[in-house]
Amino acid sequence: MTATGLPARRRLPASDLTRLATIGLRTRKLRAALSALGIAIGVAAIVAVLGLSASSQAGLLAEINQLGTNLLTATDGQSVTGGVVELPTAAPAMIGRIGGVQQVQSIGIVNGASAYRNPHIPTAETNGLTVQAASVGLLEALATGVAQGHYLNAATAREPVAVLGATTARLLGIDRIYPGERIWVGTQWFYVTGILNPAVLASDIDTSVLVGYPAAEKYLSFDGHPSTVYLRAQNERVDAVDNLLAGTANPEDPSGVNISQPSAALVAQADAKGAFDGLFLGLGAVALLVGAVGVANIMIISVLERRSEIGLRRALGATKGHIRTQFLSEAVLLGLLGGVLGVAVGAAATSIYAHTKHWATVIPTDAWAGGIAASLLIGALAGLIPAVRAARLSPTRALWSV
Amino acid sequence: MSHVPPPISESAALVARDGAALGDAEAPVLDVDRVTKTYPGEPPVKALREASLTIGPGELVGIVGPSGSGKTTLLQLMGTLDRPTSGRVRITGLDVATMADDDVAYLRATRIGFIFQQFFLAEHSTALDNVADGLLYAGIPVGQRRERALDALQLVGLADRPHARPTQLSGGQRQRVAIARALVGRPAIVLADEPTGNLDQATGQSILDLVGQLHQAGSTIVVITHDHAIAERMPRKIEILDGRIVADTRTASPDPS
Ligand SMILES: Nc1ncnc2c1ncn2[C@@H]1O[C@H](COP(=O)(O)OP(=O)(O)OP(=O)(O)O)[C@@H](O)[C@H]1O
Ligand SMILES: [Mg+2]
Repeated sequence: MTATGLPARRRLPASDLTRLATIGLRTRKLRAALSALGIAIGVAAIVAVLGLSASSQAGLLAEINQLGTNLLTATDGQSVTGGVVELPTAAPAMIGRIGGVQQVQSIGIVNGASAYRNPHIPTAETNGLTVQAASVGLLEALATGVAQGHYLNAATAREPVAVLGATTARLLGIDRIYPGERIWVGTQWFYVTGILNPAVLASDIDTSVLVGYPAAEKYLSFDGHPSTVYLRAQNERVDAVDNLLAGTANPEDPSGVNISQPSAALVAQADAKGAFDGLFLGLGAVALLVGAVGVANIMIISVLERRSEIGLRRALGATKGHIRTQFLSEAVLLGLLGGVLGVAVGAAATSIYAHTKHWATVIPTDAWAGGIAASLLIGALAGLIPAVRAARLSPTRALWSV
Repeated sequence: MSHVPPPISESAALVARDGAALGDAEAPVLDVDRVTKTYPGEPPVKALREASLTIGPGELVGIVGPSGSGKTTLLQLMGTLDRPTSGRVRITGLDVATMADDDVAYLRATRIGFIFQQFFLAEHSTALDNVADGLLYAGIPVGQRRERALDALQLVGLADRPHARPTQLSGGQRQRVAIARALVGRPAIVLADEPTGNLDQATGQSILDLVGQLHQAGSTIVVITHDHAIAERMPRKIEILDGRIVADTRTASPDPS
């Protein structure tokens, strides 16, 4: 109660306020939709950018999980003096004895051997390809397979037979395997029996020419030292195996062994890919700003057009606060409308794209909640000045100078 | 129509609108005391010069004067839509000059009804909702607002068209809706500025007849007009010229129609 005995300032109930705040939306639908559009575009861009990066990341992680995170590699390393520390020939067998190891496969770089389409190519043009001896169970351990033909088996591993990594085949210009297809490796022909799919967990395989261990020793004077050992451990034993690996692979020089978990590197890559596109986020922010200007503009026009309504409401007993709240609510509602529309469009775009990529759709909570919050805030900011102007309008002028 | 008491009866200083005294029963509904209004400008316009008048409950008053004589200015001050340069305006004993803006707004919401030449109806709303908006700022729940709006529509002879939009109504019907809106809060006083100004002769007459009936039923009404013929038929006629009240006459037999 105030000094005069009249009740203190009254707030309108939420239902009445909602009705008042939607007058502009209901009577000028197209205008309201257009003014909310800018905010909608901005929010949609931001939600889509964040949603797409989160979804692509989720897709990559799912792919990595599919390949298995229990693959470990032991690679020959550098000695203190800078020379290569070769893995012992017995390393694969030794590693196979660690408890929890399920599969052990290996490859060994065949030094001094290069591969060419035919013997007439100048020897300098190696295309960066490496010739490697590979064990016959390698593909299962790497969770990859052949794109065409066959991989090495116990029999072909002894013969001058080669299998090409995915990139190798392309560089050599071999896209199909014809009977009798052959390449020049070292000093003689090798028959090509298969082309591999890209090996996500061991990408150096892609640029290799793989031959059997016995064949490498027989035809290419390979010394038999593996350069990389691939092993699969039981999931719960991965860390334990990891700890024992260096000492087991090369008991004489454990520090000369490089141990890695390829899936971990891929996860890190996926995380980096998950980082959103700054440019599109920036564009989204600009669209939001434009949307804010649009809403402010519409609200100012609305206040000018609705002078007599404002004056009438004052005559009916509305306080300045009632008028201010009404127009501010309308602007916030416009913002909310744009925000909800934007989130819907952004989520739909993400979902459609993720679907074509076979990813799960992921819309981060931060993205949609942030989008709605930003649009509410923008509506409020854009509506502030028009609402204050509406409240300041003198009722006599509003009603008598029309 | 049932008399629902206004929700502001806490104060002993207030007079209930049905006439029952809560405090100062002697206070007139409206008291304008040596009011001056000067609009700034070069030169300043003295729209009202020491105008005084008092209106008691149940009166029907016509205020008449030529264009520019200060009629609208007087109505704005009586209706608390503007504050005088000097002098006092009291509504049901409450001195507007001592009140905060928000309290004055509440005073309008509960004690003053306005009727305008241009009706000022919301085109997107039904007649019923337009009338119910007359109670919006008085803090009355929506159900009651609708109920009382229907009563008010009945009072002005539009009980059969509550859901019509203003665009579907004739000028005279629109003004009836506006009158219902002014009456719905059972205000202490109704102020009308040229209520027939936008209507033809016959329709205007029917509106004036309605005003007469409302007066007979007990409402306190002030009608501003430039038309002497209209003011002549009111029980009390106040003439204004150059911002000064020059005559205040009561007819012996009040018969507005
Ligand atoms: N807001 C204002 N600013 C400046 N001068 C004003 C304002 N309102 C009214 N006046 C002046 O005050 C005087 C009285 O105006 P008012 O509108 O009260 O007259 P009125 O009797 O209602 O006239 P009409 O019959 O034409 O409506 C006029 O000279 C007018 O020009
Ligand atoms: Mg006037």
